[in-house]
Amino acid sequence: MFGRLFTLIQKELLLAFRDPQSRRLLILPVLLQLLLFPFAATLEVRNATLAILDNDGGAQAQELVKRFAAARAFPTVHLVTDQAALRRTIDEQRALVGVEFPGDFSRRLQQGASAPLLVIVDGRRSNSAQIALGYVQSIVEDYSDERVQAAGGAVPSRVVLRNRYNPNLEYRWFLLPSLVAIITTIGSLVVTALSIAREREQGTFEQLLVSPLTPALIMFGKTVPALLIAFGQALIIALAAIFIYRVPFTGSLPTLGVCMILYALSLAGFGLFISSICTTQQQAFLGVFTFMVPAIMLSGFVAPVENMPPFFRGIAWVDPLSHFIVILKGVFLKSYGLALAWPNMWPLLLTTGVTASLAYWMFRRQVA
Amino acid sequence: MSGHRPVSWRRLRALCLKESLQIVRDPSSALIAFVLPVVLLMIFGYGINLDASRLHIGVLSEDPGPEATRFVAALAASPVLETHPAAVRSALDHALAAGDIRGYVVLQSDFGARLARPGATAPVQVITDGSEPNTASFVAAYVQGVWSTWLAERAADRGEAFAPPVEVIARSWFNPAALSRNFIVPGSIALIMTIIGALLTSLVIAREWERGTMEALLSTAVTRSELLLSKVLPYYALGMISMLLCLAMAVWQFGVPFRGSFVLLLVYATLFLGSSLGLGLLLSTVLRNQFNAAQAALNAAFLPATMLSGFVFEISSMPAPVRAVTYLIPARYFIASLQTLFQAGFVGRILLDDFLFLTASAALFLGLSALKTRRRLD
Repeated sequence: MFGRLFTLIQKELLLAFRDPQSRRLLILPVLLQLLLFPFAATLEVRNATLAILDNDGGAQAQELVKRFAAARAFPTVHLVTDQAALRRTIDEQRALVGVEFPGDFSRRLQQGASAPLLVIVDGRRSNSAQIALGYVQSIVEDYSDERVQAAGGAVPSRVVLRNRYNPNLEYRWFLLPSLVAIITTIGSLVVTALSIAREREQGTFEQLLVSPLTPALIMFGKTVPALLIAFGQALIIALAAIFIYRVPFTGSLPTLGVCMILYALSLAGFGLFISSICTTQQQAFLGVFTFMVPAIMLSGFVAPVENMPPFFRGIAWVDPLSHFIVILKGVFLKSYGLALAWPNMWPLLLTTGVTASLAYWMFRRQVA
Repeated sequence: MSGHRPVSWRRLRALCLKESLQIVRDPSSALIAFVLPVVLLMIFGYGINLDASRLHIGVLSEDPGPEATRFVAALAASPVLETHPAAVRSALDHALAAGDIRGYVVLQSDFGARLARPGATAPVQVITDGSEPNTASFVAAYVQGVWSTWLAERAADRGEAFAPPVEVIARSWFNPAALSRNFIVPGSIALIMTIIGALLTSLVIAREWERGTMEALLSTAVTRSELLLSKVLPYYALGMISMLLCLAMAVWQFGVPFRGSFVLLLVYATLFLGSSLGLGLLLSTVLRNQFNAAQAALNAAFLPATMLSGFVFEISSMPAPVRAVTYLIPARYFIASLQTLFQAGFVGRILLDDFLFLTASAALFLGLSALKTRRRLD
């Protein structure tokens, strides 16, 4: 029996790697994505432009303008001369943030009164705008604090902020562990779901069915290459994350290995299930797609799961990606071992069991 | 090539009919045109919420005094923060590692005493989960907000004048409540149209090559332009229908304002569909294998449209070489014009740039696939 199984696996691997075109398609995109995405996928705000309308021109306003210009978050600062120009700059997205000093800004400060500072952000890009607004606010707060202290006032309390696991909030440290899961997903799903559909379309699936192999063995034979591809791709990305992108790896390597296998299994489960209900490659591909897009979008990679409405949080729980991403961030940044990873490991096992059984049942029904 | 004119309307009609029948008869096509857009838009609209609306944070107050109690109450009263009180620090550390909370606040036992002593500062320690950088900065910002309100109220209660010298008054133009949905939903229309344009066509045409029906078609009197048009037009119609469906959902379901011109939207959607249909055609003509065409379309059309288009991730924040790559991605221009048409209405400078780039990329991809098809005919 093992001889047969081995032959089947060999055949599957040959199919995946024999053709130079399909070989390239399994490896090149991974490398390209590894090169581009860590730089592209960021919610940080960099290279933002600030437009300043200084109706005041006094010493205090000038001091703040100088501080804005020196801020690292705003490498470019536009000085505009009237409100129409400020409006146009924001409208045409030449600046993300606009700051308008009222005409009596310096006078009010000199008199010891509180001076308002109007900050306009481009709400079309609400997330970046909020973050940039935060930068402006902290520059203004520092300036305010200094004025209070210079006037002999005391600050009774202060917020002391510390970011654990990622002290400088490097977005890349968050992104690369997540990419290990995301990039792997595509390759292994496409391989499992489409390879059976392709056999069906070409009529070779019937040949497999009349061979001495049982449906379970056929499923197993389809799973192994997908596991190898997923594991290989994940390994490449994980190594690149550690050695090229210098993301710290604080957790346990065996835990990562075990979880990678669990994740690949659960993907294979979904892939087999999709292929069991599809008859053509086109349908299988659409099935993969219908599974994959929600799986990636609701995984907590783009936006945190806790921000979603309850129904979508339910879907996220079934989503193997959301659990694997938590585990990946855990083993990379939060020193996860098996104990901490377990709450996210058993859902993976559960989904694998359910999808694989469903697929098995569907295949059995088709054979009978 | 036979056929005297490049396009005979009768033949084109017949071909389009054949193509449309093929679409209508495959059950999965109805799924793509009507169900998938709705499902995806729901996912993008509800699932991608960048506005922290429910932040779980832990609170540890080692000081039972009234000042600390008031601060803890102020945190709990925040509509955004959901506080989880804890008795020991290790419990908070564990919850943070497990991801149950996104940060915690610690008030040390001498918090009240330090506040009372002139010249001393009472620290409010905030520890965030840096493994979620975006959420971590929201945690810091919201706690800071609660803290400054608390400080101002405390000063007012004590009869001290408390006003920060400079007070920031923030306005968010186009989107006063700064809802991330208002920019995510228009952008996702571009993604959905990419799926229909590039993915579906690449699969369908690769299938024709695989099954040999493309050769059969090519051996008839059909000209190259007719063949291309017959592949493009039905999928164009499918794409436009789903675009209109998305528009209706965006406006009525998600309440995203549409301030621009409907005619302009049709023009931009047409141009964008032109380029993604062109890309789909090109890939399938070059690869001629559904399996590979599907993967290539995913990598060449869908992923760039998600990651490099400004859909979620800001293009201006990317480093210069990656920014240069984004200029090659048609979705970038379509997303920019969608966001402008929805939220701003009309901004000539942005829309003109987008128009030129979209026209160029549509011409490029359609032209290339026409070239590749001819080579086969010779």
